[in-house]
Amino acid sequence: MPGLSIIIVERDRDRALRIVDGLRASGDHTVTVIAEETGLARRIAEQKPDIVLIDVADPSRDVLEELALASGPLERPVAMFVDRSDEGLTRAAIEAGVSAYVVDGLQPERIRPILDAAIARFHMFHKMRTELAATRAALEERKIIDRAKAILMKARGIDEEAAYALLRKTAMDQGRRVADIAQQLVMAAGLLT
Amino acid sequence: MSLTSLRLGYVPLIDAAPLIVAAEIGFAAEEGLEFDLIRLRSWAQSRDMLGTGGIDAAHMLVPLPIAQALGLGPDYPAFDLAMFISQGGQAIAVNAALAERLRAIGHGFGFGDARAARDALVSVWTGPLKVGVPFPFSTQAHLVRHWLKGSPLEPGLSIHTVPPPMMAAALASGEVDAFCVGEPWASYAVETAAGALLLAGRAIWNAPPEKGLVLTRAFTESQPELTGALMRAIWRACRWIDIPENRGTAVEILSRPDYLNLSPELSERGLLGRLHVSPQGEVRHFPDFIRFHAGGANFPWRSTAALLARDIAEAHNLDPKAAMEAAGACFRTDLYRRHLRAAGADMPGASARIEGAMTHPTPVASEKGQMILGPDAFFDGETFDPPIYAR
Repeated sequence: MPGLSIIIVERDRDRALRIVDGLRASGDHTVTVIAEETGLARRIAEQKPDIVLIDVADPSRDVLEELALASGPLERPVAMFVDRSDEGLTRAAIEAGVSAYVVDGLQPERIRPILDAAIARFHMFHKMRTELAATRAALEERKIIDRAKAILMKARGIDEEAAYALLRKTAMDQGRRVADIAQQLVMAAGLLT
Repeated sequence: MSLTSLRLGYVPLIDAAPLIVAAEIGFAAEEGLEFDLIRLRSWAQSRDMLGTGGIDAAHMLVPLPIAQALGLGPDYPAFDLAMFISQGGQAIAVNAALAERLRAIGHGFGFGDARAARDALVSVWTGPLKVGVPFPFSTQAHLVRHWLKGSPLEPGLSIHTVPPPMMAAALASGEVDAFCVGEPWASYAVETAAGALLLAGRAIWNAPPEKGLVLTRAFTESQPELTGALMRAIWRACRWIDIPENRGTAVEILSRPDYLNLSPELSERGLLGRLHVSPQGEVRHFPDFIRFHAGGANFPWRSTAALLARDIAEAHNLDPKAAMEAAGACFRTDLYRRHLRAAGADMPGASARIEGAMTHPTPVASEKGQMILGPDAFFDGETFDPPIYAR
């Protein structure tokens, strides 16, 4: 069976390459990456792909929506991918963060392995992004708690352990997080100096 | 009391204010709700999240649930529009070269006269005109088509979807010659000197419904209490934002990094109705540039559904009668009546009206006696009397 023509719309080069790798493993496909959003509709129309893959949250998606609607039956329509036979797959794809536009009439069994591969890659990106954000947030909170401790130590002449205990007690009394109390303290101290 | 959490999707625009204000000012908590506000980056994403259960409700373009009802989108469970949450807020901009030509013939960029703006454009431009809108199914697309209908520019008009944050760049690069978009993205184009503002959306149609509160029918049917609580929280937020002295606070809240992440100076232009129409800083005052509540703005008229459905049907070669019937069924005036009465909303006697018939605020029969509806006329005097089956 001949491979399919697939377009990936993705600005991040590393991400795009990883998706390409994943798709190549699922068959002998021609995969093109489009990294710029200008002229997207024109470039896709020229290439006449079988499938377009794009991040579910990419603002350029709305341009693809128009393309999917505009292509008439005589000009090889790019119909919206709605896998009516497999609702679970559509849901899984959107949850993983990828949306796919496929040419009308492409058999589900040809779409499935490609979408499975894309879903796997996007799951991985999602996990990496969540971890990174969580790490950053934790680091940021740590810094603020340290500053709040320093302010308390200086203002009340207590040691670090006592300063932290005070922050924690205040947080518990107010039913809030230590980081939130620290944030407030740092902000208030900033106003007073 | 523990709060029930609801996931609400919004696209960062000034008309997302009702959701954000309901969460921040406490209207949600008052109804026992806690909002998890999820910022989305495209209308397709909003539709997909709602369709696949990623969010419980969405701030959504009014024509989008109609397009779903007409089968012009993915095969998701039915959507219901429970109420309008904003009216107006759109502006038409032209690129810098066109703006210069318009100035050369003495056009004053008054911002409020659709006929004068159209005549001026006709006299400086012939041939194809590419106009950007945020989505194929948007009030903006409807406004542009209506504005240029029957003019010498109509045959050459092509409408292109451009994501709002990219509107200014598309105008500057020549991808489009003009656009119609919701604030703050029209002002952003002026700020980046990509173009000048020619016309307010409300100058074309005095009551263009822009965003609605949209839920799945499965939700409105299985969770009537939650649906009602959500509608009341949003309705009270809409009313709060339309009190003039609250607008400044709304600007501050919306501009925060968590929400629009913009300078308040940019988001306030639309919300306060003080638009800079050119990079030179010429200011036009347009009272009620955007409305959230006043003049009965929240009632989801079935006749408005029919009017928009007819327009979509024409653009996509569908049967207008079937389109109007299908659209009316997803504008849930019944939910509006059932759930908002308790919040004190007055209810018009009918659920459909002749669209475009009111040139000034007009009293109509209501449950409490009389309510004043805001003007809803089109600039060209067109009216739309919905057929019986669409009422």
